[in-house]
Amino acid sequence: MSTLGKLATQIADGSIEVIDLTHTLDPDFPVIILPPEFGQCARFRMEEVSAYDHRGPAWKWHNISMSEHTGTHFDAPSHWISGRDVPNGAVDEIPAEMFTGPVVVIDCSAGAATNDDFELTPEVIQAWEEEHGPVPEDAWVLMRTDWSKRRGAAYLNMRDDGPHSPGPTPDGIRYLVEKRNIRGFGTETVGTDAGQGMHYTPPYPAHFTLHGAGKYGLQCLKNLDLLPPTGAFLLASPLKIKGGTGSPLRVLALVEKSHD
Amino acid sequence: MTQPLAPPPKKNPQKRTVSPTLPPARRSRASLGISAAAAEGRFMLQVCEECKTIQYPARDACSRCLSVDLNWQDISPHGELLAETTVRTSTNQFFRERAPWRTGSVKLDAGPTIICHVHGDVEPCSRVTIWNRLDRSGQGVLLAVPETNTPNMEDDPQLRAMTCDPKHRRILITDGRNANAPALAAALTEAGASMIFIGESESWRPNPNRVELEKLANVEILPLDVTDTKSTRELAGEIGGKTDILINNVQFIRPGGVLSRGDTGFAHDEIEVNYLGLMRLAQAFGPGMCSRTADGVNASVAWVNILSAYALVNSPDYGSFSASNAAALSLSQSLRAEFRNSGLRLMNVFVGPTEDDWHQPLPPPKVLPRAVANSVVQGLRDGLEDVYCGDVAKDLVERFRAGPKILEREMTGGEGGA
Repeated sequence: MSTLGKLATQIADGSIEVIDLTHTLDPDFPVIILPPEFGQCARFRMEEVSAYDHRGPAWKWHNISMSEHTGTHFDAPSHWISGRDVPNGAVDEIPAEMFTGPVVVIDCSAGAATNDDFELTPEVIQAWEEEHGPVPEDAWVLMRTDWSKRRGAAYLNMRDDGPHSPGPTPDGIRYLVEKRNIRGFGTETVGTDAGQGMHYTPPYPAHFTLHGAGKYGLQCLKNLDLLPPTGAFLLASPLKIKGGTGSPLRVLALVEKSHD
Repeated sequence: MTQPLAPPPKKNPQKRTVSPTLPPARRSRASLGISAAAAEGRFMLQVCEECKTIQYPARDACSRCLSVDLNWQDISPHGELLAETTVRTSTNQFFRERAPWRTGSVKLDAGPTIICHVHGDVEPCSRVTIWNRLDRSGQGVLLAVPETNTPNMEDDPQLRAMTCDPKHRRILITDGRNANAPALAAALTEAGASMIFIGESESWRPNPNRVELEKLANVEILPLDVTDTKSTRELAGEIGGKTDILINNVQFIRPGGVLSRGDTGFAHDEIEVNYLGLMRLAQAFGPGMCSRTADGVNASVAWVNILSAYALVNSPDYGSFSASNAAALSLSQSLRAEFRNSGLRLMNVFVGPTEDDWHQPLPPPKVLPRAVANSVVQGLRDGLEDVYCGDVAKDLVERFRAGPKILEREMTGGEGGA
């Protein structure tokens, strides 16, 4: 049987599981909050066009609107100033093979449970590598924090001094990009950076470093606790928006049952 | 003395809700001046420019010299009750349902003798003050009240049939994040509102007003985002049947006009909140409120929009925001027409620059939240359609009336401008 035939069979018989890492696009799902004088991220909105009624007797449909960066979404290199000159830096230019690939998961859930500002440092990554081997080149790296299980105000965790949520330090993300040459980095929080990421040098180091190096970001992921540390396969293809800096998307992971 | 109005009993779910009826609405074009004055709670009559005769009733030519140069002017509202009668039945369904109804004639100190409704506390042949109020048809009618206030006088059935008093009513304030929400809720509580629902968008981010709002005993904070059709309809589904007064205080404001911004981002938000938000609320809550305008003591009675005074004329420093408010003002006129058959009143409160983050660089005078709240409560008590809150708004509307083009030139300044 061909490789793909085998894959189809294994998905059908459940020996390969398809895990949905996506939040529902919901008008009330939090988005990143910037100082109010800046432009803001549009929330997801849905307006009924017709619902089997005088506006369209046999059909129901909606107009939807949102930002490129609303809900579970993909960040392209052109999202950040450091990546504005990266070739193929917009979602419509990224080669399609970049949207599928191996994924590893660094479990930071224990640290994030006790520290809202938990940092992913080179030491944390190296400790993970001692157990699971080096982070493979050109792989997606996901930071598991179980943050996706938070609801309401606890998710953004906004205080007077800004949001508090875990993320990588400048050295942590540089280690992944420069030493391990990963393809992209994903989180369960509202951004790839820590809530307090603006106070690092450079500010928002994940955005700055990843996109400056032509790497990708994924955020607002969920179900990372259902993935093994290594061996899963990620499917993350953004909408083909001309010149788009990102896109909401459905993120799926293929997991071999034997890993459970 | 007026008996104080008792809180209404819970509604009997086996009884059909009473359908609204209206008092006679037809007026000559000339006499619409009375309605325009009542919309602001003013007592005005026409005065002849030629011979200074005060006219009553409204007419097209002076009753003394036939001059057609008649101008509406504020007139001293004092006088004496000459005669009175109590109507115990009527061919008009509205008055039939509300009989007995007291009417009389009053000799005004200013000259004319007028026919008017008479408040229950007015003694025979006593001194009275004339209030010009909108009736449920939205037309100005004159009501004689005692010259000095009497206890519970606002509860007089004839007066309450004209006003939108918050007492014993359930009120929705649509934006619990607006800086004026706590003051509004407090003022309405003080005015006797039985329940205050407060909409709150995006409960996933902190609301600095929450602590203040939660201190009030009769306040319930409920999810409402006027930019989200589903959220608006869901709340209407829950409380639409017991919303007696809706106060739409949502506002999105950013400085800037057209060229200073260079994009349509904030303009989109301004239209989405200030204009479409009103439309979504009206589509969700309007039909239910219109159907309950004769539903007893706590019948639905009023829809209030808190608008910027710059809805009247554009303030280029807030050019796009002003435009969104002009759109909301225009929409409110359509809504007023659509409410007309139900008797539900639409009141616009025009507010000058407020004391908040977005007006911080502006010099005083600026309107404090408490002033907005007082204007809303007083406007409801007086049953108004148009309220101007703060010195800037009051000045603006006077200049608007004197000459809209001159005001526009002043507002759009530049070198040699105002």
